[in-house]
Amino acid sequence: MAKYSTNEFKAGLKIMLDQDPCAIIENEFIKPGKGQAFSRVRIRNLKTGRVIERTFKSGESVEGADVIDMEMQYLYNDGEFWHFMVPDTFEQYQADSNAVADAVKWLKDQDICTMILWNDAPLSVTPPNFVELAIAETDPGLKGDTSGGGGKPATLETGAVVRVPLFVQIGEMIRVDTRTGEYVSRVKE
Amino acid sequence: MLKSIRGFFEQKSVLEVETPLLCAATGTDPQLDFFSSFYHCAPENKAMYLQTSPEFAMKRLLAAGSGSIFQICKAFRNGEVGRLHNPEFSILEWYRVDFTLDQLMDEVLELIAELLGTSLKDSHKVSYVDVFKEATGLNPLVFCQTSYAEYAVNNNIKDAVSLCGNDHSMWLDFIFSYKVQPTLERHFVAMVYGYPAIQSSLARINPDDSAVADRFEVFIKGLEIGNGFFELSDANEQEKRFDQENQCRQQKGLVIVQKDEKFLQALHAGLPDCSGIAIGLDRLLMVLSNAQSLNDVIAFPFERA
Repeated sequence: MAKYSTNEFKAGLKIMLDQDPCAIIENEFIKPGKGQAFSRVRIRNLKTGRVIERTFKSGESVEGADVIDMEMQYLYNDGEFWHFMVPDTFEQYQADSNAVADAVKWLKDQDICTMILWNDAPLSVTPPNFVELAIAETDPGLKGDTSGGGGKPATLETGAVVRVPLFVQIGEMIRVDTRTGEYVSRVKE
Repeated sequence: MLKSIRGFFEQKSVLEVETPLLCAATGTDPQLDFFSSFYHCAPENKAMYLQTSPEFAMKRLLAAGSGSIFQICKAFRNGEVGRLHNPEFSILEWYRVDFTLDQLMDEVLELIAELLGTSLKDSHKVSYVDVFKEATGLNPLVFCQTSYAEYAVNNNIKDAVSLCGNDHSMWLDFIFSYKVQPTLERHFVAMVYGYPAIQSSLARINPDDSAVADRFEVFIKGLEIGNGFFELSDANEQEKRFDQENQCRQQKGLVIVQKDEKFLQALHAGLPDCSGIAIGLDRLLMVLSNAQSLNDVIAFPFERA
């Protein structure tokens, strides 16, 4: 894998740090008066999601990480692995529960997700920003309920629980923002 | 801003000068990377350098008896790009004959007040040793690798341990940038004087205390704006520092730089006692206009130059 010098550090660059693949979030060039230049870098560990801060001497080189983002279609879960497919090549990947993590509650067959591959193995899965899911379970609404005021919990077909307005009924499709886990609207079939 | 600066110096009868941007020699400072260029007109072929600062040329004028002078010009530093760095930038540099460092610090405050159009309420002068001790509890003049490393580990900058090793000067740069400089943000203007002698650059070593150099830096809201010296006038000492810096360059695998002989000759001829300072005008404009990045005050920053 290529090496990158601190001069090439910019947001989005993937590097190896302490044997883990990481993405650079921010790189600040620091140079005191007549002194040594440093690069102060904020980095996200792509395995754990944790953000750390590291300092490099200016000009130092770091190993690049073989990390790519790829759009993939979710196929099915066999009980142990979640299977995905690259739509163009029909190539399939199986991701374990570490890689799927919290995305599991938004995964619906055939949805297109973003998969991060490290050395060609699934590292993490990001669901689409918006998903459309059916309501599996919620309290019945009462006549006269409007969008204003309150709300109620609803369990979706994938098992996720979101807060919905009182007028939403079992069986209806709703649109949810997966980044915040919030209800957006009802979806007309 | 440029008009006010020129007015300020006109009032004080300081002469404006101009010196070459393209020079036959450059500085040996291992931390400054320069742009080199090539002059060719057969049979003459020679390397020329874009100045990293007008210091050598202006000191040659001082040695020739110019009296107090100032210059507003461009300077170039290779490889320095960031929120607070642009490889091509504007410098205001001035020298005051017979000024002590303290008098020059006062003049800097006066200039900043003039540019702001109000008097300065919050300016603070503090010695490097005091501000360093206050922020960290460490003594910057005495290098103790174990206590520096212990401090770094306990204060969330443990990267310093592997990066700086036994390099005293790098330790100081690291700790100062991360832990001391942020404490200066509470003052509108902070002047830090009496830098450790190992970071003397082109400043004279203090005659009463050889551990510190007669050098100060100006910070506005914690941002480094300028660097002033009581100028080193001893040609032999200057040549020795050039040689040391070249040695250091060699160790780091950098090119060896020809010493600027014309500058050394000028020092031999006699530089008057003087204090001088260089101020980064782009940064000054940035901080006075509350901008967050140099890109906000430069029409075409490096990426679009």
